[in-house]
Amino acid sequence: MKELKLQKIGFIIILAVATLIYIGPFLFSISISFNADKNVFEWPIKLFPETFTLDNYKNVWNELPFGKWLFNSVLVTTIQTVTNVFFSALAGFAFARLEFKGRKLIFGLLLSSLMIPGIILLVPKFIILNEFRLINSYAGLIIPGLVGVTNIFLMKQFFETIPKDLEQAALIDGCSYFRIFWQVFLPISKPALAAVAIYTFQGSWNEFLWPVIVTYTENMYTLPLGMASLRTELMTDWPLLMAGTILISLPTLAIFIIFQRYFVQGVASSGLKG
Amino acid sequence: MATIDIEQLEKTYPGADTATIKGADLSIQDKEFIVLVGPSGCGKSTLLRMIAGLEEITAGSLLIDGERMNELSPKDRDIAMVFQNYALYPHMTVFDNMAFGLKLRKTPKDEIKEKVEHAAKILDISHLLNRRPKDMSGGQRQRVAIGRSIVRDPKVFLFDEPLSNLDAKLRVQMRAEIKKLHRTLDATIVYVTHDQIEAMTMGDRIVVLKDGIVQQFDSPMNLFNNPQNKFVAGFIGSPSMNFLPGIISVDKEVNFISEDLKFAVPQDLKPSLKPLDGKEVVFGFRPEYIYDKAVEKNKRLSEDMEIVIDSLEPIGSETFVYFHYKGNPKYTFCFRSDSRHQYTIGETVTIGVDIDRLRFFDGKTEKRIM
Repeated sequence: MKELKLQKIGFIIILAVATLIYIGPFLFSISISFNADKNVFEWPIKLFPETFTLDNYKNVWNELPFGKWLFNSVLVTTIQTVTNVFFSALAGFAFARLEFKGRKLIFGLLLSSLMIPGIILLVPKFIILNEFRLINSYAGLIIPGLVGVTNIFLMKQFFETIPKDLEQAALIDGCSYFRIFWQVFLPISKPALAAVAIYTFQGSWNEFLWPVIVTYTENMYTLPLGMASLRTELMTDWPLLMAGTILISLPTLAIFIIFQRYFVQGVASSGLKG
Repeated sequence: MATIDIEQLEKTYPGADTATIKGADLSIQDKEFIVLVGPSGCGKSTLLRMIAGLEEITAGSLLIDGERMNELSPKDRDIAMVFQNYALYPHMTVFDNMAFGLKLRKTPKDEIKEKVEHAAKILDISHLLNRRPKDMSGGQRQRVAIGRSIVRDPKVFLFDEPLSNLDAKLRVQMRAEIKKLHRTLDATIVYVTHDQIEAMTMGDRIVVLKDGIVQQFDSPMNLFNNPQNKFVAGFIGSPSMNFLPGIISVDKEVNFISEDLKFAVPQDLKPSLKPLDGKEVVFGFRPEYIYDKAVEKNKRLSEDMEIVIDSLEPIGSETFVYFHYKGNPKYTFCFRSDSRHQYTIGETVTIGVDIDRLRFFDGKTEKRIM
């Protein structure tokens, strides 16, 4: 009994340390964002601001084109989230439920594309979009992320768990395959759809690399890119940057807290169970 | 309601070496309750799903009310199906589950309401109409699944092992209710089960399937009393028929001779057994027609057979007595005894088989000789 108690205390200490390692930088960012002193990294580093201020948050709105970047981010993220949910569900349904020639081959090809590192695809993607004259445009920002293979895989796995009887009952009731998808499968796939939506939102909202490559004027920046542009070789306004960063992270944080259980379900349903 | 005619129906799955359904011929009358029965993998569900249109027909033809159905999709066949796992839409209420098919067929709202409420009343689920499937028991869900098929008023009802997921008591109750429903609806029903008791108690006629081949299509009592082959004889009846291989020897009298048993077959059977002189046969005798000679005096029984009791299975009113012939424990047989007779394991008893109930099957083809 005593040994069990000691073990429990040991686990709690390990968890506390791990949590501190992960959450520490975030808490420090919050602290910096309220700091009136610009030289936050001067030795000795102060974990709590000596002079507390909200000016950094005001300045994010007043001194930067934050509104425009926010609009860009919201636009890109909303469209990509909606299209990812819809198209990955549609493709997942087709791969899970429809019999057609080459189904396994196509799915295999799709999956194998996951093995190619994203970095390698940057150049060809850029060249293709350049050919279509889509560089530095909303289309260029949005189109490459309209649907993701991982999401298709997740939806396929989920749809495969739905009993075949349900589909057949709907067929006998008079449904077409699209209606089965729309009226029977989608409504009962909310956990998987929510997981896809959350992952896509998170990925799209925080995406940095692709906007860096595809945009070159400040008015096309998304929030992560806009914030990063505040860092220069000569001088960085850390409190302003941190205030902006905290603002950016608020939506993902809120979504994570509200939909925490869907994250877990999403991970579970994308597992490799038979 | 409707007739169903199945002519030389075949089903071969792509890449399979043998057909799952081989040349099935069935003619189902209007308002008949037909049960498809057979062991696992015999093709009974496949045959039902071919009628439903959920499986493509490889060859042959399927006619409902004289109209060819092979190429029609399930929704155009005017059938309704009840699945083993209920297959209710989990996100819809009971009302919506039952109304879904009607809505798709653009039935007016008032009519939908009327039909759903009527079906709910028949099935005694009116109080559940606003519930979702997850809030109901297995029996209630099964009623909803049946209700969903009733509201459509289809030509044919198809049931795919609908009671398999229910507990024993509920199964018996639902069995009676489905039979009652059949009388109320005056419907043509095709019902799949692997449970021969379910088949015997529910079907007007029963189709016994094995390896995709229809073994016999007959009334329950005919299947029991006049099985066409050894498989049907063994499949129908519980405990199943006892079998003993041997030969027929026709001399002055006709004898059945096996390893350690010899008995004279009644003279009146001589004409039909004469051509089988010296041929291998299988002697079949049902547990119901074996009697303890010390108890049963009035029946026309076969010669004495000395048996040793191996085990006893009391089920209440009766006891299943498992035994072997004295001196040969190779074959084990069974007979049903009134539970008032107390037997003990290892006891030697003299029994006889009702001469009028003897069955002989061809040793090679397994077809019934008599």
